[in-house]
Amino acid sequence: MSTATATHDEHHDHGPAPGLMRWITTTNHKDIGTLYLLFALLMFLIGGAMAMIIRAELFMPGLQVVDPMFFNQMTTVHALVMIFGGVMPAFTGLANWLIPIMIGGPDMALPRMNNWSFWILPFAFTMLLSTLFMSGGGPAAGWTIYPPLSLQMGDGFPFMIFSIHMMGVSSVMGAINVIVTIMNMRAPGMTLMKMPLFVWTWLITAYLLIATIPVLAGAVTMLLTDKFFGTSFFNAAGGGDPVMYQHIFWFFGHPEVYILILPAFGVVSQIIPTFARKPLFGYSSMVYATASIAFLSFIVWAHHMFTVGMPVAGELFFMYATMLIAVPTGVKVFNWVSTMWKGSMTFETPMLFAIAFVVLFTIGGFSGLMLAISPVDFQYHDTYFVVAHFHYVLVTGAIYSIMAATYYWLPKWTGNMYDERLGKIHFWVSTISVNVLFFPQHFLGLAGMPRRIPDYAPQFTEFNMISSIGGFVFGLSQLLFAYIVIKTIRGGEKATDKVWEGAEGLEWTLSSPPPYHSFTTAPEVK
Amino acid sequence: MKMMKRWLTSLGGVGLALAAASASAEWGLNMRQGVTPISQEVYSLHMTILWVCVAIGVVVFGAIFWSVMHHRKDKGAVPAKFHESTTVEIVWTVVPFLILISMAIPATKVLIAMENSSDSEMTVKVTGYQWKWQYEYQDSGIKFFSTLAKSTQDARNLDYQGDINEVEHYLLDVDNRLVLPTNTRIRFVITSNDVIHSWWVPDFGWKKDAIPGFINDAWALIEKPGVYRGQCAELCGRDHGYMPIVVEAMEPEKYQAWVKAQKAGLSAADAEAGKSWTKAELITKGENVYNANCAACHQANGKGLPGVFPAIAGSAIATGPKAGHIDIAMNGKAGTAMSAFKDQLSDLDMAAVLTYQRNAFGNDTGDAIQPSEIKAVR
Repeated sequence: MSTATATHDEHHDHGPAPGLMRWITTTNHKDIGTLYLLFALLMFLIGGAMAMIIRAELFMPGLQVVDPMFFNQMTTVHALVMIFGGVMPAFTGLANWLIPIMIGGPDMALPRMNNWSFWILPFAFTMLLSTLFMSGGGPAAGWTIYPPLSLQMGDGFPFMIFSIHMMGVSSVMGAINVIVTIMNMRAPGMTLMKMPLFVWTWLITAYLLIATIPVLAGAVTMLLTDKFFGTSFFNAAGGGDPVMYQHIFWFFGHPEVYILILPAFGVVSQIIPTFARKPLFGYSSMVYATASIAFLSFIVWAHHMFTVGMPVAGELFFMYATMLIAVPTGVKVFNWVSTMWKGSMTFETPMLFAIAFVVLFTIGGFSGLMLAISPVDFQYHDTYFVVAHFHYVLVTGAIYSIMAATYYWLPKWTGNMYDERLGKIHFWVSTISVNVLFFPQHFLGLAGMPRRIPDYAPQFTEFNMISSIGGFVFGLSQLLFAYIVIKTIRGGEKATDKVWEGAEGLEWTLSSPPPYHSFTTAPEVK
Repeated sequence: MKMMKRWLTSLGGVGLALAAASASAEWGLNMRQGVTPISQEVYSLHMTILWVCVAIGVVVFGAIFWSVMHHRKDKGAVPAKFHESTTVEIVWTVVPFLILISMAIPATKVLIAMENSSDSEMTVKVTGYQWKWQYEYQDSGIKFFSTLAKSTQDARNLDYQGDINEVEHYLLDVDNRLVLPTNTRIRFVITSNDVIHSWWVPDFGWKKDAIPGFINDAWALIEKPGVYRGQCAELCGRDHGYMPIVVEAMEPEKYQAWVKAQKAGLSAADAEAGKSWTKAELITKGENVYNANCAACHQANGKGLPGVFPAIAGSAIATGPKAGHIDIAMNGKAGTAMSAFKDQLSDLDMAAVLTYQRNAFGNDTGDAIQPSEIKAVR
């Protein structure tokens, strides 16, 4: 393998093609990683702008800003853009950048497919966003696109379905690439149980993607044929079953939740040991816990649908299985805390985000445990309590880990240090505002406010106002994040190769920024 | 600009409200205890789990904060070398598992009680429509629709000038309440006519999805007379936020009197439908029917929402032959949000609303459609 790579290099230049074509034709893992990350940032800002519209409408009772139909389009497209355009591409970007340099390889195993899997995405999202301007508007039935409601959509329907197919193709190709790379491109001595946890969590995530994305593709294809070709998969009047769609969707949807969070576990498991100056506590239990969570994620899907009217035995099974997930998740949290315990901690921006991740993700975990208890879920279900829950795990979970990762590896990627003072300001403004934004939503949900409504009864006014104010501040503070990233790309204090005093791992043995072909000779791992 | 001003005023309001926060009981912070035995069990289960989570949180977050305070480099902390221990891994796998079992036992008991809807003394069928509820009392044959109250209907528009806070029970009021007896085991059978809805009264302790082609059931025993409000809890289209539920629970004797009055009203309505109506009478009646049933999509001005809901003003159907107009209103249009109103409107209401549509919004066909014409095509 390594000799083949060496001969290959002799016949080619060692740098990128100049200009725009570099980015369009690139097969380099770092270029593609950068494209993914910048794309995710753009989508994060677009999805964020939609969230601002939602929070503006919910600032007061009554309708002030948008029609309810457009409000429903905003909640739906916000979710689709954030999940499929923000978090997933950001993690794929991190995987592209980091997996080869963490395992001591020259590049991803399938570089041309890598190019393709990225370049599908801009087209997919252009198509998805263009539905907002079509007759009938964008998707408005929620990101879960439940029939029969979703079948009432206007001209944009087939475009939405096709864009989901394209996103799925991109994800599956990315996942195949990750698995093939990890299985074949590790440096000598890099056994599976020596791999950094980020690599481990991504390996497991990639299997989840391959197992579940085709299920989603099947579900949305059935929607398409129900709408245009006279089938009745989900139409009760034609002998179909609208609840079957929900089972199929959530069979994808629940593992998808872990697709969005397992790489975050990996990121945090890299960062905390560095700044605690102490090795990760319980490495092997972390690996087993990740694998257990991945397995359990396939047998808990119906906890999203306790209210559809399942038999008691089904409800009990899904309640018990869901509660079980708390065990491996707890193990992870305890391991992170033990890693910090008796360390020698410093609190640079990545560490701040990582600690906030552990605390706030755990809060999301607690509300998740409460939601698992099916008799109580009959009250919580489809209220703002659920909205608070999944924003704690996705915003202060997944997105916080992505921000932590950005600050942590940005000096490695660009060769420049970011502005630590601005980074800390970004952290504190974000962390205070995100809690002002989402914590009151627990109260709203418990007090009886349903989710996905553009207007509410006046007794919910105060908490909605507080939440909206938190939302506007959180939204604005992300412009600061974009500014810090761009500023660091353009210049700044030069970073050392190791960057962080306590950093361990192969990526820190390369120069900052790393050479174009990463490891051209495989390093020896002892 | 006007909006900015309203916002700024409200922002001031937030400050004031925050200052008086503790004084206000309106700020619901927690789940309602409700008025059924089940809802109270659900509430105490919720509180138990909440406190267990708080206790675990105190331990975990306490350890993090202790660590952050004491094990820091600028305090000269030297990193310890330990990085694994099978014993502690086993401990923190087994202990949470035991805590979970202790949660699962009461949860299982409550769930089994909730799902046992046998031995009911009466049954109410609830059907979700875009965007209203229909209630049918299986025992007495009483049957009616319950839609958003006129007061909210008028106040929920983008160009509304008044103060929402002055609308009584804004968003949570209906024209016809679901009247139920107290201390009676009531079984609800829940379904839908179009898309999925979810019937939820927080004071009963549960919600249940209304799904086309499925019949779900649930039960409640209301212990206290009163008015209990809820909302649709499953996204069901444009007016998902505007299909409230209002239950009025009264003592069984009062309830029986109510049933009697309703039955008397029903036969009076039958007699009315038989007579011939003038165009003016039909139009007046039709406007109310239109606002309750059609305006959500086709809008109060009949102009619809371009691309989403077609206009009635100047439409080929509403100005064309009567038969086509009657057909679409009775049978709906497949694959769209236009549902069949055949079973939703009486002959009289259907005749009235069609007459209204054919003579309002500049549609001056001059026709009147009589209830008998509707009856003929049923």
